[in-house]
Order: sequence, then C-alpha cells, then structure tokens
Amino acid sequence: MERDYQLSKRRYVIAAAVLLVVALYILRLFALQILNDDYKKNADSNAFLRKVQYPSRGVMYDRTGKLLVYNQPAYDITVVMKEVGTLDTLDLARTLNLPIDYLRRRFRDMRDRRLNPGYSPYTNQVLLTQLSAEECGSFQEKLFKFPGFYIQRRTIRQYNYEAGAHILGDIGEVSKGDIEKDDYYQQGDFIGNLGVERSYEEYLRGEKGVEILLRDAHGRIQGHYMDGKLDKDAVPGKNLTLSLDIETQRLGERLLEGKIGSIVAIEPSTGEVLCMVSSPTYDPRIMVGRSRGKSHLRLAADPWKPLLNRAIMGAYPPGSTFKTTQGLTFLQEGIINPGTTYPCFGGFIYKGLRVGCHGHPSPLPLVPAIATSCNGYFCWGLYYMIGARSKYGSVQNAMNTWRDYMVSMGFGYPLGIDLPGEKRGMIPNASFYDKAYRGSWNGLTIISIAIGQGEVTATPLQIANLGATIANRGYFITPHVVKEIEDCPLDTLYRERRYTKVDRQYYETVVQGMRAAVLGGTCRGANLPDIEVCGKTGTAQNRGKDHSAFMGFAPMNDPKIAVAVYVENGGWGATYGVPIGKLIMEQYLKGKLSPEDEVLATDIQNRRIDYGIHER
Amino acid sequence: MAYTKDSTVWKNVDWWTIALYVVLVTCGWFSICGASYDYGDPDFLDFGTRAGRQLAWIGCSAGLGFVLLMLEDRLYDTYAYLLYGILLLLLFGTIFNPHEIKGSRSWIVLGPVSLQPAEFAKFATALALAKFMGEYTFTLSRYRHMLACLLLFLLPMVLIVCQKETGSALVYLSFFLVLYREGMTGSVLFAGICMVIYFIVGIRFSADLMADGCTSWGEFSVLALILLFSTLLLGTYCDNQKAVRHLLSVGGGLMLLSLLFSLYVIPFDVTVVQALVCGAMVVYLLYLFLRERLVNYLYILLFAVGSVGFFQSADYVFNEVLEPHQQIRIKVLLGMEDDPTGAGYNVNQSKIAIGSGGFWGKGFLNGTQTKLKYVPEQDTDFIFCTVGEEQGFVGASAVLLLFAVLILRLVWLAERQTTRFGRVYGYSVLSIFFFHLFVNVGMVLGITPVIGIPLPFFSYGGSSLWGFTILLFVFLRIDAGREG
Repeated sequence: MERDYQLSKRRYVIAAAVLLVVALYILRLFALQILNDDYKKNADSNAFLRKVQYPSRGVMYDRTGKLLVYNQPAYDITVVMKEVGTLDTLDLARTLNLPIDYLRRRFRDMRDRRLNPGYSPYTNQVLLTQLSAEECGSFQEKLFKFPGFYIQRRTIRQYNYEAGAHILGDIGEVSKGDIEKDDYYQQGDFIGNLGVERSYEEYLRGEKGVEILLRDAHGRIQGHYMDGKLDKDAVPGKNLTLSLDIETQRLGERLLEGKIGSIVAIEPSTGEVLCMVSSPTYDPRIMVGRSRGKSHLRLAADPWKPLLNRAIMGAYPPGSTFKTTQGLTFLQEGIINPGTTYPCFGGFIYKGLRVGCHGHPSPLPLVPAIATSCNGYFCWGLYYMIGARSKYGSVQNAMNTWRDYMVSMGFGYPLGIDLPGEKRGMIPNASFYDKAYRGSWNGLTIISIAIGQGEVTATPLQIANLGATIANRGYFITPHVVKEIEDCPLDTLYRERRYTKVDRQYYETVVQGMRAAVLGGTCRGANLPDIEVCGKTGTAQNRGKDHSAFMGFAPMNDPKIAVAVYVENGGWGATYGVPIGKLIMEQYLKGKLSPEDEVLATDIQNRRIDYGIHER
Repeated sequence: MAYTKDSTVWKNVDWWTIALYVVLVTCGWFSICGASYDYGDPDFLDFGTRAGRQLAWIGCSAGLGFVLLMLEDRLYDTYAYLLYGILLLLLFGTIFNPHEIKGSRSWIVLGPVSLQPAEFAKFATALALAKFMGEYTFTLSRYRHMLACLLLFLLPMVLIVCQKETGSALVYLSFFLVLYREGMTGSVLFAGICMVIYFIVGIRFSADLMADGCTSWGEFSVLALILLFSTLLLGTYCDNQKAVRHLLSVGGGLMLLSLLFSLYVIPFDVTVVQALVCGAMVVYLLYLFLRERLVNYLYILLFAVGSVGFFQSADYVFNEVLEPHQQIRIKVLLGMEDDPTGAGYNVNQSKIAIGSGGFWGKGFLNGTQTKLKYVPEQDTDFIFCTVGEEQGFVGASAVLLLFAVLILRLVWLAERQTTRFGRVYGYSVLSIFFFHLFVNVGMVLGITPVIGIPLPFFSYGGSSLWGFTILLFVFLRIDAGREG
C-alpha cells in the first residue's frame, strides 16, 4: 500500500491544478473587468452599429436613351426603443408634421410582434418609411432631442413618363416569402414587384454594403470599427436600356384609352419589343412612396383589372390573323400550292356544317384568300389536312402535325419574354380532342380552329410575334423588353433565331397575301403613302360583340416593325385594329404622325366602347 | 430488485454536493434568462422561450437525479459494459445520421426532442473505465491493461470526431487525468501539456515580431520555455542545485543579454543564440550524466531534445505539410485570423461583453452586449459572457469559485471511496467537469482556443444538462452506497 499512499498524494496535484486554473481565470476576469477600461468603453451603449449601405438601384432608359425610371432620395426613420428614454410623442409628431394618432399607431404596430416578428427594443426598428427630403430635414435638425432615433437614407423610384407601367413594374417591401427564398433580403428591403423591376431584380438591385461603426456611451458615432477595414461598399445596380420606344408606347396607351385591349410591337430582326400596351393601365407614379399600398389596393380591387398585363396574360382567340399560320402549314405540308383554289359561296358549307363568310369572288387561291380573309378557303384546307389519311394515317397524327407547326411558330407555350407572368395560350392536340369528343372527331368537328376560333387562343404578344415571324420569313427571336444590361450580355435566349417548320418560300406567298390585304383587301385602312405595309385583320367571334384584331408589319421588304392590336369587343378588325396598327407603325417608323393621322388618333382616343356592367 | 430497500442512501448521500448542484443549476437558469431575454415583456415560464424550455429540462433533471439515487448502486457496476456498448452503437449510428444541425451530425431527433448521444457517452465511458480499472487483477503498469484503458476512451472519441464534433471529442482527453491519479507516470501528462503549450505559443505568435524586428515572439518564448522546463526538471528530479544555478544564470543571462543587445544595439535573430544555449545545455546534461551516472539526466536531455524537435517539426508540419485552408482553420482557432464572423471576432465580442460588466455587473437582464446578439451562441457555449456582463466580477468569480468548490468536493468524495471502481468513476466525473470549465471559460475569456463545448449546468440544452446530472448523481449514489 506504500505505493498507493504515494499515488493518493496526487489528489493534491489535481486539486492544485483546479485552484490554479480558477485563480488564473479570476485574475483574468479582474484584468478584463476592473483594470482594463477599454472593454467597458467599447461596450458602453452597444459599441457597434451595423449600418447597411443601400446601393442605388439601376435606372432604365428607353431605346432612344430617354430616361424612364430613376431614383429619388427618401428617408426612413428608425428607432432603438431601449435608447429612447422618455419620449414626447406630441413634440415628435409636430416635428414630423404628422397627426399624433397616426404616430401612436405606427409605434403600436412596430411593437406588435405579430405584425413585426423581428421587433426588439435593442435593435434598430423601422418606424416611418419613405419620407421626403423636406419632411426629414426639419427632423434632422432636432434629432438631438430624440435619442434613439436614426435617419436611414433610401431611394424610391421615380418615373419620367406616365406610360409603360406594366413593363416597368414597381418596387415594394419584401414579403416574408421573399426573405425566406433569398437571404439577401431583410425586413424593410425593397424588391421588384412587377414587370422589368421583378424580372431583372438581381441586376437592378446591386449589392448592399455595410459600415461597422463604433458608438460611445451616448450613442454618438465615434468612427469606423478597425478604420473601416471590415466595411463593404455598396455596389450600385446595373442600368438597363429597354427596347421600348417610349413615344410609341405613349401613343399606344393614348389610342386604347377607354377600351380594353392590347398593342404589342416588335422589331422583327431582333425580337425587341417596341411597345407593349395593355389597357386599362395606370400611371406608374402612383406606385411610389407611401401611397403605393393604397394605390395597389385600389388597382387590385378595380373590376377592369388594370394590374393585368393583357399583352402577355390575356389569352384571346386570334381570329383571322391566325389564317396566315394555316396557309403556311398547308403549303409546307403540300395540302395546297399557291395556285390551289377552294370554293366559297358565302362560307364553308359541308355536310350540314356552315362557317359563314362575307361576299368576295370565288373560288380563290391563297393570296386573295388572305387578302379578303376568306373563311371557306382555310376551312377547306384544314379539312383536307386533317382528313389526309394516306399522308398521316390517322386524324390524330394529322392533328399533332398541325400542332407542331403552331408550336414552332410560337403558339401554345409561353414565348419566354423577360417579364413575369406570361401565359401560354392554347393550341389543342389530338389527345385533347380525343378526351373532349371521346375519340370520335374529324376535321369537321374542329374546323373553327382554322380561322383562329374555337379552342385556339393566343396572347397579343404571340400574335405580334407571328407578325415578326412572317416579316422575317420564317424565324423569330424570343421577344424581350430589355435591350441592354450595363456591362452584362443579354441571355442567349434573346439573341438566337428560332426557325419555324415552314420554308422561306412559302412565307413569301403569305407576305403577298398580307400586302394584298392592305392594297385592296380587308386592311385598306392600314395603308401608308410611302411605306409598304403588310397586314391581316382579325374579327374574333365571342359571346359579346366581336373582338377587333390586327396583325401587320412594315416595310414589306426589310421590316422594321411588326405589330399586333387587339381590342376587346371592338367589332370588325377594320374598326379599331387596322387604324391603331397603322398609327403605331407610322409613329415608330416616322417618329411622328401626319396631321390627318393626328386627327385620326384623337378620334380613336376619344372613342369609347360600351362594355356594359357585366361581370368581368 | 432495482430499488434500494433501506433509506440509508438519504442519510449517506452527500448533501453538500447536491446543494452546490442546485445553486449552480439555478444560477445557470437565470443566466439563460438573461442571455435569451430579448423582448419587452419577459415570460420565462413559457415553454416557447429558451428559458422556459430550460426550466423544463431542469425539472426533468431533478426527477432524473431522484431516480438515479433510488436505484441500486450495484446496477451501475453490473451494467457498465452494456451501457458502454449501447452508447458506442448509438455514436456509430449517428455518424450516418441524415439530419445535420449546423453542420454536425451528432443529434438524434425524436419528435420534438433532439438528443446528443455524445453527452451521455461521457457517462458510459466513465462507468466502463471505472469498471475495467476496478477489476481486482488490474494494474496500470501492465502494458496491455494500459492499452485497453486508452482504447476504452479513445474509441468513443474517434466516433465523435467522425460526427464532426471535435470539441466534444476533446473532452475525452480529460480521462488522462484519471489515469494520472491511478498511477500513470506524471511525465506523460507533463510532456503532453508541454506539447500543447509549445504548439499554441509557437504557432500563435510565430508571426509576431519583437521590438527588434528580427526575432519571432513564438520561437523566442518556446525556446525560453524549454530552458525553463528543463531547469525545473533538473531541480526536481536530480537535486542538483548547482547545475540549476549554472543553467539559469548562464543560459538565461545569455538570452537576456542578447535580447537587450538586439533591442538596443544591433538587431539580430535572438533565437540563434537561444538555439546555441539549448545546444550547450544538452551537452552539459550529457556531461552530468556521464559524470554522475544518474539516468534522470538522460531523461531530461531527451526531454530537451524532444521539445526542440517537436517544436521544429510542428512548425514544419504547420507551414509545409498542412493545406492552406487547414492552416487557416487552425489560425482562426488560435485567434490569429480576425475573421469577422469567425472565432477571432467572437472572442473579441465576448471579451467586450465581459469587460463591460465591471465590478458589480449591469444587473439581471440589463446586459446589452449579449442581447444585441454581438456574442454568438450566447446562451450555449458563450453563456459565461452573460454572467460576466450582468453579474460583473463579483458574480463571475463567485461562479468560478463555486465550480472550484464542487470539483474539490468531488476530489474529496472520490478519495474516500473504498473501491477503486468508485474512485475511478469519481475522478472521471470531476476531470470531465474540470475540462469543461477550463476550456469553456478559458475560451470566453480569450485564453484557450474556441472549442465549442458547454459550461456544465449553465449552457442551454437538455442533453448536456442531463448528461452532467447523470454523471454527478450516479457518483453520488455510488458514494452513498460505499461500505464502511
């Protein structure tokens, strides 16, 4: 046991080690807490203030370099409740020139953890947002009277023109979902809400910076922590050049005043959207600052749905504008050749089925059929195509072949424009009809799709894109509204040609037809004296009054603009579609309207369509 | 059969320890209130808050402690290996755990409760080690027995490292203290501590130059320490006071002189002189060994040579063998890289929080540093910050002293055990507490590297509180049932 006794002495070594460590730590505590005053000074009143530096958001220009959207300084007032002490709310309200009840409510809402889950009396909380420089100026002077209050500089959007609200979009405070999806955002940050602001958010927002500041016991800023070594400068957002021509856009919005509808114009060679009007619209300037919430609510509750961008979200029957696609398909598939004629005596009348048509010579080949918008011609074409069993084997195969053509021309799926919320429209396929008609259907059952009625729907953008495709004689570039991103290349999607399944030679025939429509057919009203305009009207049947549509491009050779016009319940294509299309093309190509066309524009602007008070 | 029939356990149990436990747990709960308290109206009893949940864990622990005291003490002896085996399996299982919490796989999620088996493995390992060492035939000096002991606690350690919980794994090093008490030669402990010191000091300050601009603080300090340690060993084991005087005066004097020369006359690398001094010391020791034929001189010589060798190779391994990202990790661990979100920043914040507490502290719930979330992990690993900030020097020292009293009390209890099983287990418990205290508080005070392990009874978390409660109360039960 001698050895054990020796070993049991080791208890003292262990006990000594424990005491030594504890003594050492107490000495260290003594040094930190009592001898050294630096830490105390550092920590008094929180030491650090992380101040977020907000980058300026990228601005937007139109294609001619006109400034559309820019930033305007605004100020947030934030508060650290723990530092406030006794507060004279009345004085504060007077300084800020706000009703005291409103201010009290703001305080209550800020403290309410159900409304503001991140509330803490120890950290900076946003009390008031988006004050103007004047409102904030007087507060700044008296800031010393209100300890715990801080002013945070932010920017809000401002718009030079009343036009283009749907494309430009707006910015609003981030939602809980946004914060969860992307940890870049914090409560109170802004995020693009609609339009380009949304789809190019990551370019526009830039990158937040941070300043780490030291504060003294009274909350006064003493300087940068570690001389600013850990600070990060904000990186400003990228500026965007939109492909819009703001003057054309403004004219379009003027023309659609008091009507429901849409105008889309595309530069065929690039796919750039020159104007995109959706009516009714609103002034983007109401969606700025503190009035945004109220304006947004009002617009959302409006039965005419002004927030809806009908150009990409409205799916309409394309009507006769769709006949061009049929002619192209039948030519490529060899169902017809340019000389093939079909009879039409008042329409397509076969086996008890009748699709009416208007008076024109008969029978006709393709070019005058397009020019006069003959229903019979295209119904016969589709009937023969769907019924061509020797070629396709079954109606199903024929139908799906047809569907492939339509899809290749940009129908049936979203085109992929750089705006949020684009709809796909509808191009039926064989299984759709198999389901709808329990497998018992043929060319006659579905005949109305040949004239852009029935199950077929398309967005105005898709119709304009069809115009661009015909103008290009067989390809299109995915339409887009952003022409250039500062220092960044555009997505390759917006630079590549997408060819349709139809050869160039057949497009020439259809172009002839559209030119003939302007020279002596349904689109005579679209004729411009010194520009070769090509066009196609559309009159889409509908439960109410017909929709008025137009699709065209100009000049015929070397096209600069393709346009689609769609006016709900506008009646004949020639009533609204044609003149509006013509004015848009004239405005864009010439930069201004001729005096007589100015009169026409004002006339159209003042015309109203009676939509009644039916459910919308 | 599992419950004690007689009520002697209530008479024999050490109420002092239980009282200390209650005081510490209570203080811990108030600290968590302070650390997690955030909003205007405190509601600490709400299960939704951290404080409320901790209160529930504390309630469970009280029940747990009661049950453990009621159980038959033979039970722990009997089922030691079984428990150890089960925990090893659990640890092994958690490696393949798909649920990662903060990059660690150490959690087992059972509905609303997440448990960390690593916290309970300490208890099982301590029990198994006590059982093994308590065998009648056990002798530590036997090579195979020693190896088995090491295996017993290195195995769970490796498994925990595999869970990416290096901090928790390091706790198992505290069993070396138990081995030391049971007869492992102290030089192992001493050499181990020296190695840690050389590594930390050497690497930590290797880039810091002294005022002369040529000498690295790290290298200088390590070489000076080698001389100092060797001299101390010489004085202790060879009883040659003349040699000690020679070494201290000549070696130390030379170092000091060359340092002054370098500082004020011509700057040069003082470590060259130090290396020469160390070389001379080795030769001197060899001479002494040859003259007096005392083997201890040879050991000290080996220690000095080994120290220099270790330091040089550590330096080499760190700079040449380790990948840059590994170097950075170690540097951050040692607080050399001031990574604003990493270890350096945390420790700085934690020191500011403690320093701001002053003598009396800011008062319960009045700490600002911890609340403002400047201090990370403020209610788990950095809980001592809250104590320092809100209770000041007085409160923080009191907590440290309470821990010291608890550990010393456990030393006393362990020594009065009549079986080696009881003693080994007792030492295991107190060594684990000591290690946690040493590393956790040291980390908060900026002394030890940042290793994420909890402060017993203070840090938020059910697993760790239960783990420590089990450790302590099983020992109290064993103590209460001791014979005689």
